Amino acid sequence: MMENEIDRELLEKIADMLGKPVGAFNIRKDTGCDGRQSTDHIHIDSRTDGHSGIDIRVDSGTVGETCHIPAIITKPGIQETVYNDFYIGDDCDITIVAGCGIHNCGEQASQHDGVHTFHVGKRSHVRYTEKHYGSGDGKGGRIMNPQTVVYLDEGATIQMDTSQIRGVDSTKRYTKIVCGKGAEAVVTERLLTHGDQTAESDMEIILDGEDAKGRVISRSVAQDDSSQVFYPRMVGNAQCFGHVQCDSIIMGQARIKSIPAITANCTEAQLIHEAAIGKIAGDQLLKLETLGLTEEEAEECILKGFLA
Amino acid sequence: MLELNHISYAVREGDGELGILNDISLVIDDHKLVVFTGPNGGGKTTLAKIIMGLVRPTAGRILWNGQDITDLGITERARLGISYGFQQPPRFKGLTVRDLLTLASGDQALSKDKCCQYLTRVGLCANDYLDREVDVSLSGGEVKRIEIASILARNSQLMIFDEPEAGIDLWSFARLTETFEQIHATGSATMIIISHQERIISLADEVIVVGDGAIRHRGSAAEILPQILSDTLGTCPVLTKEAKAQ
Repeated sequence: MMENEIDRELLEKIADMLGKPVGAFNIRKDTGCDGRQSTDHIHIDSRTDGHSGIDIRVDSGTVGETCHIPAIITKPGIQETVYNDFYIGDDCDITIVAGCGIHNCGEQASQHDGVHTFHVGKRSHVRYTEKHYGSGDGKGGRIMNPQTVVYLDEGATIQMDTSQIRGVDSTKRYTKIVCGKGAEAVVTERLLTHGDQTAESDMEIILDGEDAKGRVISRSVAQDDSSQVFYPRMVGNAQCFGHVQCDSIIMGQARIKSIPAITANCTEAQLIHEAAIGKIAGDQLLKLETLGLTEEEAEECILKGFLA
Repeated sequence: MLELNHISYAVREGDGELGILNDISLVIDDHKLVVFTGPNGGGKTTLAKIIMGLVRPTAGRILWNGQDITDLGITERARLGISYGFQQPPRFKGLTVRDLLTLASGDQALSKDKCCQYLTRVGLCANDYLDREVDVSLSGGEVKRIEIASILARNSQLMIFDEPEAGIDLWSFARLTETFEQIHATGSATMIIISHQERIISLADEVIVVGDGAIRHRGSAAEILPQILSDTLGTCPVLTKEAKAQ
């Protein structure tokens, strides 16, 4: 496990792992399993339906445990679709750290399509973080197309933080969250594209149950010739509250399209959306320069804060 | 010591030029508190921005501690010990008050205690503000006070404040004037404050009245305050009439 520098760098970047993680884990490397550990309350097993991937079962009442499930690809020419299903019992409070890193030094593209489905039990709280990162100087593309579908039972909550750090040439994200009665989903999405990268994020939050809450905070930076498209959608089917906020910084020759949509199918649904695209404001740069930063340092500082 | 020699600034207007500042020369000695005051649009902010490098003069030279800084950029001037508190500070999504104070101080390990000291001096409580983003969730007055705290954290040799009182409530204003007094008393910095407030003007070693792009009057607060009043009356026919009637 983690036998070389590339593995270590990728795992640190995507899952903040500096060695063997505490708690349950499953490390996927180049389509194989590079290490797995279940705990008394979190059980990880290979799928039995013929699909590649794992089933993760969390016992009801599991509190304060962490599960790491990073996937890394270190070779060119790998294309995989991985299905990971999470079955989380009632009254849990757990943290799941996912993420994908591709290091590609070759000519052929490598692609990881991770399909995650969560079934979150009553009153359970899940923190889910997912980072995507690409490295290597090969011409082969680093492609990631994650799909995340979450079903929140009564009173359940998920706090989902996703970020694409650097080096991912093409991504198409699909996220769907269905909130039951009193359930709450808070999604924070951070995305940076550069060079001629493309990114598309399609998101659907369905507030199905009474008093369900949904909040989407999307912040992105498009540099150079890259392009981004966002489709965050919030649907209110009951008395509920939903808020979508998309902010993007556009630089160089980049293009950004942001198309938030809110749909109310109930008179008691209260839904708000905000979307803004703009370049870094000149007065922000000037202010930081008066603090002794160069223009480049000021720009970096603004972007770092924006995507933090 | 700061020296401005024959500073002029003009902008293009149609086929001609419009003079904003015309041949301004002045010397400000170390540890002095100087207030720039005068009517709106008279050129005070432009003059202050020229000192920081935010605006480049079309003629004249600027010397700071004997070094000609006319051709230096903002960053270089900042690193030579000049700081500037904006009249309308920008907001930053994602940057917290702590981030801003850390950047301003240049100390990556700036302690909470230090932050607390800077914020207290502008009437803010560190516990309430340190982790808040300097974004639209803060009121204009709060952002303004954080801006002033960032200048205090910078601890530079020359501090320029553009209308620090604007948008600040009376209680915070009193705290702010105390802070200016303290800095002045300890002689730790030279201060240029653009202000219309009598309370701030009265703290000054020298008051410089800037109007129509030129220095109209210079002197102590005691000398200048009555002149400001008579100038103000002089421009308004109704007030002049009333004043004469008295």
